[in-house]
Amino acid sequence: MKIAIASGKGGTGKSTVAANLAWVLARSRDIVLVDCDVEEPNLHLYFPAEETDVPVTALVPEIDFERCNFCGECGKFCRFGALAVVKDTVLTFPYLCHSCGGCALVCPRGAIKEVPRTIGKVSCSRPLPRLVLITGVLNEGEVLAPSVIKAAKVFAEGHPLIMYDASPGIACPVIDTLEGSDYCLLVTESTPFGLHDLRLAAGVAEELGIPAGVVINRSDGKDEETVAFCREHDLPILATIPFSREIASIQNRGGLIARDLPGWEERFAALSDAILEVGP
Amino acid sequence: MIRLAVISGKGGTGKTMVAAALADIGGVPQVLADCDVDAANLALLLDPRRLTTEEFRGLEVGRIDHDLCSDCGICADRCRFGAIVHRDDAWVVDTLHCEGCGVCAYVCPMGAIEMVPHVCGEIYTSETDLGNLAHARLFPGSGNSGLLVVEVKKRAVALSEGADLMLADGPPGIGCPLIATVSGMNAVLIVTEPGIAALHDLERLVTVCRRFEVRIFVVINRFDLADDICRDIEEFCAKEDLTLAGKIPFDPVVVEAVRAGEPVTRRESRATDALHGIRDRLYSDLGLI
Repeated sequence: MKIAIASGKGGTGKSTVAANLAWVLARSRDIVLVDCDVEEPNLHLYFPAEETDVPVTALVPEIDFERCNFCGECGKFCRFGALAVVKDTVLTFPYLCHSCGGCALVCPRGAIKEVPRTIGKVSCSRPLPRLVLITGVLNEGEVLAPSVIKAAKVFAEGHPLIMYDASPGIACPVIDTLEGSDYCLLVTESTPFGLHDLRLAAGVAEELGIPAGVVINRSDGKDEETVAFCREHDLPILATIPFSREIASIQNRGGLIARDLPGWEERFAALSDAILEVGP
Repeated sequence: MIRLAVISGKGGTGKTMVAAALADIGGVPQVLADCDVDAANLALLLDPRRLTTEEFRGLEVGRIDHDLCSDCGICADRCRFGAIVHRDDAWVVDTLHCEGCGVCAYVCPMGAIEMVPHVCGEIYTSETDLGNLAHARLFPGSGNSGLLVVEVKKRAVALSEGADLMLADGPPGIGCPLIATVSGMNAVLIVTEPGIAALHDLERLVTVCRRFEVRIFVVINRFDLADDICRDIEEFCAKEDLTLAGKIPFDPVVVEAVRAGEPVTRRESRATDALHGIRDRLYSDLGLI
């Protein structure tokens, strides 16, 4: 089963919910946790362990100036502005390249070769006997987050139980994370911002045809509007985690409430049971 | 005009709350921009009156003419994004995955594919009691969020007559929309919080911001929830020579104000006091006051 954790709004507690769930699941079965928030991955902070890194590369054009006659076809074709032919040279802007391969395809002189460029890495570790953590890391200054997400997901492929932690938002990185998931857990907080963005995220899950459930985090008890929204949209509320300084203090320091705070292992176990029940 | 973006790295640290508060108490002629186009929330606090709505077209996407298509599948083989799929016995372009590169149209031997405009969001301009606002909505699942940020900033410039400040509420992360937001700014205000995740994200964000000619200010929100990590952040700021513009205490009034749909600075609270201090420090450093 593949479970995705998403939210729309940032900072609602996706990663802490994912980390606690993974910890609970790893007590009784093998699980692979994939950090798909490649711009700001955080799960490794909750599971410190020795990591093995594999670079993630994207193909970018390299011009063979022996063959190039500066005809300009590549620059004309590239819709991302990653190549420009000026007078007697070809400027390439690898940061803008989407690796579509079009430039090499259109070059009438066969003067363009695609070469790999490192844009990030995938780090793998085994912080617990039954937990494998796979973290996608986009290098600072790079923009091709989806390529790193896809690479991280490939490393987990084939495992019976996988959990993906998505980035905030609803754009392409989130789609690339959710794709192929059997279930989507939406983590929200009971503010108008949380609800506004929950609506967006629930829309994405629906569009992808992925069944979803909700966790309300940092609840101060005033959850009526969120509860009403969930009822209207047939989204089961699987857990509510209250705001408390004690919980915040544990999580801010990299702790896991399922492990460190009495009573929470059972609650996360119940949450994981509810999710696994939906599995294929 | 000074251009200032409120950003965070980690999501949910309080960017929008801080941006709305600064807009509320800034006291300088300003134009506002919500550059968090994925999950735009600034308007929820500003009671905007819509002036214009326009379609946002990202890059063109492929469209297959089934009368011309010979079903050869060359386009699907060449597409690096898996965006051409066989559905109901025909090749179609899955616009969620199409990057708009145009390779399919180029390789099609039948000339059956053309690149067509694709609407993937809406751009708005509004007026508010605090100044004009440029904002947007990205349709769920769309790419092009960086391009949309660029469009929002252009609208903000167009609405900026008489303004001394462009105040932008930015996206989380360090990728495409963040880079599009920070590019061209004079200064960024990074809102962080005392947690190991937020500190880790702050470090990565600062690395990205260093690539731009921007002054970097930091605010620590809910600073009193973990004093030891708050000190780590202050040490990081000192080491990196980042200006700490102030610290905001944890204050339930902040959530109350958000629920009421207004900037927290409309209420008397410890957070409001801290935000006034931050505004004074930041705006005097930027030469706005």
